[in-house]
Amino acid sequence: MASIKDIQQDIVDEFDMFEEWMEKYEHIIELGKTLPLIDENHKTEDNLIKGCQSRVWLHAEKQDNTVMFTADSDAIMTKGIIALLVRTFSGQKAQDIVEADTDFINQIGLKEQLSPTRANGLVSMVKQMKLYALAFQSQN
Amino acid sequence: MLDVSQIRQQFPILHQEVNGYPLVYLDNGATTHKPKVVIDAIQHYYEKQNSNIHRGVHYLSQLATDEYEASRETVRQHFNADHLHEIIFTKGNTEAINLVANGFRALLSSTDEVLVSAMEHHSNIVPWQMACQSSGATLKVIPMNNRGELDMLAYQNLLSSNTKVVAVNHISNALGTINPVKEIIQLAHQVGAAVLVDGAQSGPHAHIDVKDLDADFYCISGHKIYGPTGIGALYGKEEWLNKLPPYQGGGEMIATVSFKETTYAGLPHKFEAGTPNIAGGIALKTAIDWLNGIGLENVMKHEHELLEYATKELAKIEGMRFIGEASNKAAVISFLVGDIHPYDMGMILDKLGIAVRTGHHCAQPVMDEFCIPGTIRASFAVYNTKEEVDRLVEGVKKAQQMLS
Repeated sequence: MASIKDIQQDIVDEFDMFEEWMEKYEHIIELGKTLPLIDENHKTEDNLIKGCQSRVWLHAEKQDNTVMFTADSDAIMTKGIIALLVRTFSGQKAQDIVEADTDFINQIGLKEQLSPTRANGLVSMVKQMKLYALAFQSQN
Repeated sequence: MLDVSQIRQQFPILHQEVNGYPLVYLDNGATTHKPKVVIDAIQHYYEKQNSNIHRGVHYLSQLATDEYEASRETVRQHFNADHLHEIIFTKGNTEAINLVANGFRALLSSTDEVLVSAMEHHSNIVPWQMACQSSGATLKVIPMNNRGELDMLAYQNLLSSNTKVVAVNHISNALGTINPVKEIIQLAHQVGAAVLVDGAQSGPHAHIDVKDLDADFYCISGHKIYGPTGIGALYGKEEWLNKLPPYQGGGEMIATVSFKETTYAGLPHKFEAGTPNIAGGIALKTAIDWLNGIGLENVMKHEHELLEYATKELAKIEGMRFIGEASNKAAVISFLVGDIHPYDMGMILDKLGIAVRTGHHCAQPVMDEFCIPGTIRASFAVYNTKEEVDRLVEGVKKAQQMLS
């Protein structure tokens, strides 16, 4: 499994191909459309992170010393960003997730997506991913 | 005839690019921009007049007090209220409602009922819920139909001798519906209930005449009528304001203070504890004068033309669904396109330099009523143009193409 840093660098390289915001957005929309992200059974009230604008569901499972994430959103742009976050964090060691940052989102020019004022649930989602990792880590 | 380009020149903020496009600002329901005269009034206050009011014998204090009280007179005229002391300055519409609802905690009992409408924003729901919780009174909801109009028959059936307060908006922020507040008030008065009209959205879009309406309370926010943030006004009938206990304690609101007992100041000071937003109060007068200079009739006519044009043009887009189609509507359009999430639409419109509101508009129960996660809302002001409507329509089409 590639490290979080490596995966994030891959994503940054991937987005470097796009010059215009429109192309970036179209790519994010594609990611949002194509990826099956979560088992419908896991789209429960407990797993729901409420944002003012869009809703996010996040499910976490411990597998050995790694954490597997699945997630979804009702908004497709949010879902696209989720796909990127899941790609970087899912399957990683709990400790690595706790220590990781999400600066790559800034680097690919989608900073506004992780801005608290967007109220799209993503900021809370990143926090929740780290909390799961922290909880699983302390179980080891 | 309104010269919109001349009006636009008075708004410095409108002349900028956002994400590489000339800004199209259609989020006026959230807040309007400020004309240069209002910005200047704030600056002028701090440069030439700054002083605490109602308490100094010196020149500046007198000057600031006179200006602030002149604003109260302007607001009185704007509301067409009888008495100056029936105008309370607040920090905004929300504080005005809290002031009244909080006062009613002392007047409500467990058998009493408070009615709010199904199309209220949170500011006109939560303070009443809190008042009911602490007094044991019951909160009831006046339903609406699927066009976003209040069900007046259901309202009449809800009214009884237990009804003590009815709190409704004049214009719905989420739907644009103009409510028949005069009739609502008449019916409420037949059972002896007081009526608070939330004028957050009506301030810049409609004539307010509290005497004609016979409203018991009416409130507005300054920042929605081209004035500064942090200032608003509450009109209350003298008899009601005398019945309500003070909202906050402190300086300004007292007559005498000793550790044994404090007596309260008369109206309006009883409800104005502490140093107020003096600059905001003074600039609010400038904003109202500015609006009157253009003429509310002209503003309403222009906004109505924009509403009709935008409704006609947006309706041509495939999958367009308007939320709120009341026959009597202000210049607010809430809509959805196909199954596109409003957040996705808003993100792309933003990238195209178009500012709209997306989400539940702080009126979650309205969205629940229509079983939708939110809407995209375009709300117009006097400085908007048909060209901007065209940009919105093009933007929506572009977003639709990208998202489907």
